[in-house]
Amino acid sequence: MPSPQIRQPKVLVLRTAGTNCDYETDYAFQLAGAKTALVHINQLLSQQVSLSDYQILAIPGGFSYGDDIAAGILLANEIRYKLLDAIIDFIEKNGLIIGICNGFQVLVRSGLLPQINAVAQEVSLTSNTSSKFECRWTTLTTESTNCVFTQGLPEQIYLPVAHAEGRFIAPEETIDQLESNGQIVFRYASSDYPDNPNGSSRNIAGICDPTGRILGMMPHPERYLTRYNHPRWTREDLVAEGDGLAIFRHAVNDVSS
Amino acid sequence: MNVETIPLRDASDSDLERISREGLLSLNLAEMQTIQTYFRQKDRDPTDVELETLAQTWSEHCVHKTFRGLIEYVENDRAPVIIDGLLKNTIAKATRELNRDWCVSVFVDNAGIIEFDGTYNIVFKVETHNHPSAIEPYGGAGTGIGGVIRDSLGTGLGAKPILNTDVFCFGFPDATEADLPKGTLHPKRVFKGVVAGVRDYGNRMGIPTANGAILFDPRYSSNPLVYCGNIGLIPKDRCHKQISPGDLVVALGGRTGRDGIHGATFSSLELDNTSENLGSVVQIGNPIVEKKITDALMQARDANLYNFITDCGAGGFSSAIGEMGEETGAEVHLERVPLKYEGLTPWEIWLSEAQERMVIAVPPEHLADLLEICDNELVEATVLGSFTETRKLIVNYKDEVVADLDMDFLHHGLPRITKKAVWQTPNHSSPKLTASVDLTKSLHQILASPNVASKEWVIRQYDHEVQGGLVVKPLVGINNDGPSDACITIPVLGGLKGVVVANGINPKYGDLDPYHMAASAIDEAVRNAVSVGGDFSRIALLDNFSWGNPDKPDRLGGLVRAAQACYDLAIVYRTPFISGKDSLYNEYRNTLTGEQIAIPGTLLISAITVINDVSKAVTMDVKSADSLVYVVGKTYDELGGSHYLGLQNMIGNNVPVVRPESGKAVMEAICQAIDNRLIASCHDCSEGGIGAAVAEMAFSGGLGISISLSAVPGSTEIDRYDTILFSESNSRFIVEVNPEYQDQFEEVMSNVPFGLLGTTTSDPTLKITGLSGQTILQTEIAGLKASWQKTFDW
Repeated sequence: MPSPQIRQPKVLVLRTAGTNCDYETDYAFQLAGAKTALVHINQLLSQQVSLSDYQILAIPGGFSYGDDIAAGILLANEIRYKLLDAIIDFIEKNGLIIGICNGFQVLVRSGLLPQINAVAQEVSLTSNTSSKFECRWTTLTTESTNCVFTQGLPEQIYLPVAHAEGRFIAPEETIDQLESNGQIVFRYASSDYPDNPNGSSRNIAGICDPTGRILGMMPHPERYLTRYNHPRWTREDLVAEGDGLAIFRHAVNDVSS
Repeated sequence: MNVETIPLRDASDSDLERISREGLLSLNLAEMQTIQTYFRQKDRDPTDVELETLAQTWSEHCVHKTFRGLIEYVENDRAPVIIDGLLKNTIAKATRELNRDWCVSVFVDNAGIIEFDGTYNIVFKVETHNHPSAIEPYGGAGTGIGGVIRDSLGTGLGAKPILNTDVFCFGFPDATEADLPKGTLHPKRVFKGVVAGVRDYGNRMGIPTANGAILFDPRYSSNPLVYCGNIGLIPKDRCHKQISPGDLVVALGGRTGRDGIHGATFSSLELDNTSENLGSVVQIGNPIVEKKITDALMQARDANLYNFITDCGAGGFSSAIGEMGEETGAEVHLERVPLKYEGLTPWEIWLSEAQERMVIAVPPEHLADLLEICDNELVEATVLGSFTETRKLIVNYKDEVVADLDMDFLHHGLPRITKKAVWQTPNHSSPKLTASVDLTKSLHQILASPNVASKEWVIRQYDHEVQGGLVVKPLVGINNDGPSDACITIPVLGGLKGVVVANGINPKYGDLDPYHMAASAIDEAVRNAVSVGGDFSRIALLDNFSWGNPDKPDRLGGLVRAAQACYDLAIVYRTPFISGKDSLYNEYRNTLTGEQIAIPGTLLISAITVINDVSKAVTMDVKSADSLVYVVGKTYDELGGSHYLGLQNMIGNNVPVVRPESGKAVMEAICQAIDNRLIASCHDCSEGGIGAAVAEMAFSGGLGISISLSAVPGSTEIDRYDTILFSESNSRFIVEVNPEYQDQFEEVMSNVPFGLLGTTTSDPTLKITGLSGQTILQTEIAGLKASWQKTFDW
């Protein structure tokens, strides 16, 4: 008889109009050992699907609703005004949430990140200082935090970014608080353009909530799952697994145990 | 009532011509007379809806009259030859004769289909959106990519879009006002607008844009070219489609407005200094609407909810529904069409090229399931009518029949006309090369020339990583910034099988001979695909002609030459054409001065193939010091149309030609060596010849290269080392080989010309010695790279 403790975690990969990194995000969680479902937000709103049946919620990259008004804001408002109770309940029951790129923008605009004081927008992601879309690989420094997704990650990892609105900004004292709370999860390894591709304050590339169970990041871990994703795999000795996969596996392992 | 009747039966010939011209119908007199005869037999005059439907369906854009018609061709004063269907006798003929068993669907659907693996096939289509991009670069280019994505969605029962490729031709971005024809936008503005349009559409759709090219020539200032391509992935059992009478005509997606009316006929006219006033012919794009349709369609396809699909492109519903119902008949009700705003007349609804609309044929029993999917995905779906058994196209508006046409007349009534074509081989003055050109300076200038220079400014604005499958990227090398020859993507994550996409284009050679331009473009596209490890035995091609006015015999003569080369080379390379497109009438006329500018006849060849194991893929950046550097393929005295002569304001006569049998042997040898993992890096020799190729390989890899020209096959027949260095002969590669594989590599190359030129060096210098051992070029790679990168460092 299989042990009742070992269950295959279920991941809800949230979609809506303009989501476009759902396929590879879904694949990343499968590779990490989870059972996944691509779910349109309308299926949650109409209660055809219940978030409580899942242990991980992933909000993938893309241009939700065309990023009309501002990146991620329309989906953020749907979450904040129509799904907030379900999400708070989900977190209280030890669920995990990851928002990547547009998903990070959604988490920030819905107030789910960083939640220093309340569920309200406290920080922002705005237009890159280069004033253009940037698709390039960046080196990230992993900070030492309680973030569930990044426990045991190497000090530096390499991931691609692809966005026009990824510059992290907030009042200085808010960023001070993020630092003292240990909520800054990833920083770009240098402040020089293009190492810091968007001009983010203090090179911030990813943050978590105070519990470490909600992660938002601009770089795309789902785009570096195998060595063949790496831009220099034809010239460097690389291990088979890409740097991004561990982030998904840590999440899956956490909710499995 | 909103429908007008056009008094055609009693019209004189001059009336007919006036009606066509004033209505922007682009129908010639013979065509107008045919329509007149049809309605005389019907004993009534046509409605505006009927006349517009015929004009769209019969437009050059939709029916390719030039490629399918009769051509009387005179080459170099020889006796005239009648070509009965240029397409059928050249490009499609090659495909038919080759009869490759991995070709699933060719020239019949919205895109060509070839096999991928045991589960999926691949679809590929490239189109142009030239005229709209001339008038409104952002909207024109965005709807160009949006349109070609819908071609993939409308192929078979619908393919998932997985990759975009884009090739642009512009005037020089540093043009002054005096350089520009009246009424045209500045090339830099066109450039930036086109890139932004493609960027915003492709990125929002979540399709990686991973391959392309940008070329410059002053003749493109008044008539830029925007080629947009899309590759899709489709399950093997979803590649064929058949309408049944009784199926419902269902429109999906965007609402219909007054945008894009007459796009099909507009593209069949020359541009002039007043074209900028024709704003309504350009469509307005919304990529998120198209993304929603894609999401809904993939679910409906997999649930088997519809029997047929096509996109609304040129001609809007009139083309889509008219073509779908060709074998059956169709009856639709225009008042049911969801509109952006009120006030459209029936013919405007019927012809509008408003974007993001697909038409599907839905069995009535599946309608409820389809509507449920569409509702969940926020896609508007509307039943417009049904397919019938009458072989008639019946269009209603409210309670009135506004069009009643026989499908047979609509699709087969077009009179075939004979166009005249003349080709006279030009003779340019022989180039007078000076004795001592500073070759280091020349190399820097070639690398900095807009056609060759780094396009990183553009490439990084495209999301080429989305979908997570790109394994050979557009920029490669030690600093992720060298120019890749082709891209490779894994369409099904978890697998190792990849799709390889490459392009070939060089309009400069066309000024010497379009035949050799076409052959060179094919060779270049194939070379690029082979360079990264693409399987030479599985290459399929697309042809995309952008040409001047085909009613002018000299323009058409060049087109005939180019099409003949397509046949000749495809047969030897065994590379079938699976789809293609032509955009003719790319000319500009200043109505005030009479100035006339035709674009250089331009043929884009796109190549697609597979690589069974992407771990064997090769990139162009040199990998380590002390490797061997070879050239494979023979170099000829072929500076005609080259960058090197261009620097000295010459064009020359010796255009690079393709020697198909030896070219084929070279491709096969390279393919074999890569498959055996004997090659560390590989770069095709094209613009700028051996000089540009070794420079790019060196600075992309961050290492030096030291070579001697005396080892170049063919060098003994050429008396000048600058010619050897910069000749743009076809079918050549520069490769880097680890010394431990030297014997194995040379064994694989035993049947083709190759030469061991030198080695890679840890000293970051490019050093080239001439025929007698003297150093003719020595320069640091950092400086070469800086020259290459500075041009578009915007």
